[in-house]
Amino acid sequence: MKYADEFRDKAIAQGIARAIGAEVSSQRAYRFMEFCGGHTHAISRYGLEDLLPANVRMIHGPGCPVCVLPASRIDMAIRLVDRPEVTLCVYGDLMRAPGSQGQSLLRAKALGADIRMVYSTLDAIRLAEQAPSREVVFFAIGFETTTPPTAVMIRIAEKKRLKGLSVFCNHVLTPSAMHSILENPKIRDTGGVPIDGFIGPAHVSTIIGTQPYEPLAEQFGKPIVIAGFEPLDVMQAILMLVRQVNEDRYQVENQYSRAVTREGNRRAKDEVSQIFELREQFEWRGLGLVPNSGMKLKPAYAQFDAEARFAIHDLRVADNPACECCAILRGAKRPVECKLFGTVCTPETPIGSCMVSSEGACAAYWTYGRVRDEQLRRTS
Amino acid sequence: MSVKSYQRKLDLENGRVDLSHGSGGRAMAQLISGLFHQAFGNEWLARCNDQSAFDVAAGRMVMTTDGYVVSPLFFPGGNIGSLAVHGTINDVAMSGARPLYLSASFIIEEGLPFSDLKAIADSMGAAARSAGVYIIAGDTKVVERGKADGLFISTTGIGIVADGLDLSADKAMVGDRVLVSGSLGDHGVAVMSKRQNVAFQTEVVSDSAALHKLVAVMVAAGGSGIRVMRDPTRGGLAATLNEIAHQSELGFRLQEASIPVKPAVAATCELLGLDPIHVANEGKLVAIVAPDFADAVLAAMKAHPLGSDAADIGEAVADNRKFVQMATSFGGRRIVDWLWGEQLPRIC
Repeated sequence: MKYADEFRDKAIAQGIARAIGAEVSSQRAYRFMEFCGGHTHAISRYGLEDLLPANVRMIHGPGCPVCVLPASRIDMAIRLVDRPEVTLCVYGDLMRAPGSQGQSLLRAKALGADIRMVYSTLDAIRLAEQAPSREVVFFAIGFETTTPPTAVMIRIAEKKRLKGLSVFCNHVLTPSAMHSILENPKIRDTGGVPIDGFIGPAHVSTIIGTQPYEPLAEQFGKPIVIAGFEPLDVMQAILMLVRQVNEDRYQVENQYSRAVTREGNRRAKDEVSQIFELREQFEWRGLGLVPNSGMKLKPAYAQFDAEARFAIHDLRVADNPACECCAILRGAKRPVECKLFGTVCTPETPIGSCMVSSEGACAAYWTYGRVRDEQLRRTS
Repeated sequence: MSVKSYQRKLDLENGRVDLSHGSGGRAMAQLISGLFHQAFGNEWLARCNDQSAFDVAAGRMVMTTDGYVVSPLFFPGGNIGSLAVHGTINDVAMSGARPLYLSASFIIEEGLPFSDLKAIADSMGAAARSAGVYIIAGDTKVVERGKADGLFISTTGIGIVADGLDLSADKAMVGDRVLVSGSLGDHGVAVMSKRQNVAFQTEVVSDSAALHKLVAVMVAAGGSGIRVMRDPTRGGLAATLNEIAHQSELGFRLQEASIPVKPAVAATCELLGLDPIHVANEGKLVAIVAPDFADAVLAAMKAHPLGSDAADIGEAVADNRKFVQMATSFGGRRIVDWLWGEQLPRIC
């Protein structure tokens, strides 16, 4: 496959693996967090950990928007779609995301709620055009990469005077979450894993650039490499992190120079800043309330804001106490260290959201990594 | 029931099925004789009984049943009708049997154009004729609009299996080879390309095909050295191998680089966040073959048009966890799990 196979070349991978092996110091451990679920997926799907030296460990971060969505937001969506006039448009991964007390959108749909699985914002626009008497609500979710398409959708709705279309906004910000992980006292003080560096998501940086990470690298003294999602991208990023650690550097480096710049996509950023503003705080599963980490629509666009339009207020829902998603999302525990993993919590019946999306740390382990874990369990 | 000649003919160009075509009256008789008998034409249906009698050959019979609800009804490389015939034949054939007779039951949503129904019935007839099997029993029901998605077809198939052949998914043994008959994921990608909200342009067509003739040459080459055969439909290769692993209580180790996948299928899966080994096939089979027979069976497959891209993709290994593992082309390892939930594109 052109433009993909080039980045999956076994011989080059082995070359990078040899370079990593030659450059790591046997005197220390290297613990790198890949923030984004896309990287977790690539690491598991291609078995990258088999190519790394034993003292290089990858920690799976919270960068899957479905995984970090708290149960309260699912409950709010269910409240929305309980209204008979509402048609809720959602991406497929969200259907099984657990709300409180065993609720999910899949279950709500089976009970008669009008929930449609869509593949893009354009599907929601089409639905709103086809059914002008319905209240079509788009369940917007994702990091900085998916916010511009939502902004464009609102622009189109404005232009076409689609009065029935609105957005349930759950867009979140990557650097704020990274900041929260580094600042979290639980990670610093209580058995959390010290992180030696981050792999940052390239698709987010195609929008925001690499610049927003610079204060983080500086403040916490941690190297950050912005990397693509092909296995060779990830391998190269690990090598770049190893070199920074060895040289006591903590810079933001750009592995994905084929699409990412320091400044990012100015037009997309402008469009987003015209329509969205920061929430004071937003709840993340596993991280709790994180300041300045979520987006909402500006008051000028309140007519497109489902939360304002239907007066749906924030809920607070406690997670299952046995679920270790919190610790796993912060890199403090591995999936196999959770009592629920693989027993009551499986991809078919997810308890925690790390199991819901194929990009979630637990689901990726379940699907791709159990062999390795079985070996770890036996040897530890 | 004979149909009076003064009755208006079915308008096969512009007409549509309505509730009267399922009512048991003259309209239904007209639909059956004017459309289904025309399409399936054989001596059993011509006798217009509520059942068909046929001679029972010596040996062991196999029977299977299947339902078809594919959406859309027409897709590149086939339609629900040809799919129903091929799928049922394949389920019979995976026992090593020679398929003989099919039945087909139609649940039709009112409003379905006769032209669609005729095209579907005609392609069923053509598929059956070219496979050398007969559709000898059928039923027609019409339900109100909204109660069925155009058309559902249920089929039953009967075949006969030669003495000494006893293929079963609990018979795989450690050391057996895993053979596939060709490229994976074609059917699923072809159907997805026509789904309303993911429509995309692709050259990929469904691989829908009757596999019993391929099975016959494999059996001739490998005999009882063939332990298991299964067609990897829903859930793809991954589901099929996990099923066999559980039933035979062992594991499999695959080589990703050996698994045939067309570049266009690989690219589509990449785009939608799917894995070709989870995508459905309708004209491929997986065979678990004793190592001493594997080369001969593979050569026989490659010599047949439906097996020209056949490949040896791995082996059965001792594993009480019953894992299906794969050495990735990249040099790592991973687990090949069942598909869970519906196969949904990832969102970022």
